[in-house]
Amino acid sequence: MGLEFLEGNEAIARGAMKANCNFFAGYPITPSSSILQYMLNMVPYSGGVAIQAEDEIASIGFCIGAAMAGSKVLTATSGPGISLYSENIGLAIMGETPMVIVNVQRQGPATGSATKGAEGDIQFTRWCTSGGLPVIVLSPATVGEAYELTYRAFNLSEQYRLPVFLLTNKEIGITRESVDLDTIALPSLVERARVVADEEYLPHYFDKLSEVPAISDFGGEHIARFTTSTHDKAAYLTTSPLVIQEMIDHYTAKIEEAADELALVKEDFQDGAEILIISYGITSRSTAVAVREARAKGVKISALTLQTLYPVSKTAMTSAMNGMKKVIVPEMNMGQYILEVERLVPAGVELVGVNKMDTTLISPDEILERGGLR
Amino acid sequence: MNAVRETYLTDAIGPLPFCPGCGHHRLIKALDKTLTKLQPDPKKVVIVTDIGCIGLADRYFVTHAFHGLHGRSITYACGLKLARPELTVIVLKGDGGCGIGGTHLLNVARRNIGITLIVANNFNYGMTGGQHSVTTPTDGLTATTPLGNIEAAMDLCGTAIAAGAPWAYRGTGFDRDLTDRIADAIRQPGFAMLDIWDMCTAYYLPRNQLGKKDLTGMMERLGLQAGVLIDRPRPEYGEQYRNLHEISEQVPRKRPEITPKYTNTVARQTGVVIAGSAGQKIRSAAGLFAQAGMFANLEATQKDDYPITVMTGHSITEIIISPESIDYTAIDSPDYFVVISEDGLEKSWGRIAKLANSATLYAEESLDLPATDAKVVRLPFVATAKKINRLSVGIVALAAMLHDTGMFSLDAFKDSITVLQKPAIADVNLQALKAGAAIL
Ligand SMILES: Cc1ncc(C[n+]2csc(CCOP(=O)(O)OP(=O)(O)O)c2C)c(N)n1
Ligand code: SF4
Ligand SMILES: [Mg+2]
Repeated sequence: MGLEFLEGNEAIARGAMKANCNFFAGYPITPSSSILQYMLNMVPYSGGVAIQAEDEIASIGFCIGAAMAGSKVLTATSGPGISLYSENIGLAIMGETPMVIVNVQRQGPATGSATKGAEGDIQFTRWCTSGGLPVIVLSPATVGEAYELTYRAFNLSEQYRLPVFLLTNKEIGITRESVDLDTIALPSLVERARVVADEEYLPHYFDKLSEVPAISDFGGEHIARFTTSTHDKAAYLTTSPLVIQEMIDHYTAKIEEAADELALVKEDFQDGAEILIISYGITSRSTAVAVREARAKGVKISALTLQTLYPVSKTAMTSAMNGMKKVIVPEMNMGQYILEVERLVPAGVELVGVNKMDTTLISPDEILERGGLR
Repeated sequence: MNAVRETYLTDAIGPLPFCPGCGHHRLIKALDKTLTKLQPDPKKVVIVTDIGCIGLADRYFVTHAFHGLHGRSITYACGLKLARPELTVIVLKGDGGCGIGGTHLLNVARRNIGITLIVANNFNYGMTGGQHSVTTPTDGLTATTPLGNIEAAMDLCGTAIAAGAPWAYRGTGFDRDLTDRIADAIRQPGFAMLDIWDMCTAYYLPRNQLGKKDLTGMMERLGLQAGVLIDRPRPEYGEQYRNLHEISEQVPRKRPEITPKYTNTVARQTGVVIAGSAGQKIRSAAGLFAQAGMFANLEATQKDDYPITVMTGHSITEIIISPESIDYTAIDSPDYFVVISEDGLEKSWGRIAKLANSATLYAEESLDLPATDAKVVRLPFVATAKKINRLSVGIVALAAMLHDTGMFSLDAFKDSITVLQKPAIADVNLQALKAGAAIL
């Protein structure tokens, strides 16, 4: 591959292929459409299927069916499409379905501005379906990270048996950058644990609540069951409050207890700093410039970049905020992730949001100025 | 090999859950009989359902069981079938599911994906209390049409046939040959559907005083025929899909590699904006320029702005090149602004007027420009390009700018063009490169 000039959407497709993705279904929507295009040009030639479905509901429905038949699946859309995915995302959580969902965010609400960037879907992604159970959400800041985190999202979806979101933005999705994907270090590939042929199969079996059940594919060695309805470990309907609570605790524990393990963060800490900027995605790159400029003027300042948005990286955030006087959270929305920071910020620390939703990037200057750094 | 199965139903979770006399009983028994006749390996069969009373049935079979969202069973079935073509995938769906998921019915018929759809049509939503559905006959009494239904009943088979279904059957749960017809449907390589009319004894039957014979009478009254309504096989989607990609030669071309081998004089992150019109190949020219920068050991980014109706109006591309990695990818204060056309100028008017005095504006000489602090260089981009190819104006302009600024060698631009473009197009662009560089 070597040095290339790639847009984030192509990097996502390449990351998916690197993770052996062999099923894609999607519906065109700017700014994510080119992912569908790239996948159509790649997946079938390695023996898989990529298809344009009749709408987003069918896209994710196809994906869930294929995933339960053993495929590694990807679907991609933008905010309006996530709205249509919503009910099926709940289904995928219920059925413990490994799948990766890309949201290339654009300015909303509703149709908003198709070709303009925003990060207005942060809390929406966390709470995108009824029931409020946890999901994993990763957010890349560069084209290279779009590749890496897509690959990692597949690993996590396989390891934890649930939908994993790659939450990106028009500003990465359709911006081209010079990048050499070969130089990006990737962990080894993770495949879902499968039940061996002669063992009994319970589709949602666990001993410990946080244990991720081994799976058997539809069409595989066991009789498989999958259901949208409240069920027990055997995937049979249940009305027992005891069993229902145990299953809910299981879905919750397998993610919440892994929060530290799932925490992908980047630290740029300075000794003696009393100011911290917490950011994610494209805005973390403006943070990097702002931090350099502030330091050049003698300000002691640290930065924490979150690649994992959910589950919240509590340990990393708490320890980064320790000893700070001020925490700044710049976001291309009206203040969403700052709510997570607010829950963890030590008493007495000043918390400042730098927010904008006019479709343009938050500039380093805006962070410096509105963050009170000059 | 394996013993003959006498039933594909299991009593592991008790008897079927339907109300006494419910038509769903009859249908499930008919499907069981069909499977018993066909003797498939249960591990090769998936019963897919949606929500609704009929959706309770999948787990009573010894096959794989997939119970999904209201109206969406067809989508999971398609995913399963596309991923594992060897599976027999049977969807059990209510008339309610056919309403909310109508588009999936149309599209599976149109695509002809090889699943079997059995509609348990009882003219109302049993599960939620007997509300009307898309198949409730006109005048039918339901919880939500207490004065009689004023909507027309949907002809499910007719609709699917209009959308392209190659095999469809309409009948009732009382049909003597129902198991044979279900077997026929399962044997179809493509999409096959059965619309099976029956009774909801809890809601529709008592309200409308229907008897067994009335079902056929109802069909007649609605002008609908019973029996196999179409039997016109055509290639199954998944099979076609696999054949198509096997024989296709358009295996995606590998992108050529960029080898940084030239030096540059760019000391810091530098923003270049090029503003032209749709059809002037602005995006492509700017991309080649950015990649030329990469040949000259620079990092680069590119963002394009153009109307959704791509063949009209402006086309503006922003390129950043930098000796270091690029963090902030917006250009708040362009270093070089290249404007080629009226569309580009109009859209950039305010931005050009605000250019810093350290910036340089390279403008097509025929344009009327706003007052600006930038250094202005007016050049005959359009006239120069015309001598080669109108579409090469972007390359002409960027070559002139590059030559004037000396950011890096024109050889890097030449490499970018020859390595990244097809020979015929590269040829034109190399001429444009030469002509552009010669303007100044
Ligand atoms: C999105 C959504 N909307 C509404 C419902 C409520 N609901 C459950 S079953 C059903 C109707 C089922 O009718 P039908 O498909 O005809 O099956 P039947 O019960 O008659 O067998 C409805 C509306 C739901 N489960 N999901
Ligand atoms: S409510 Fe109607 S459809 Fe549901 S089980 Fe009872 S009779 Fe059958
Ligand atoms: Mg019904």
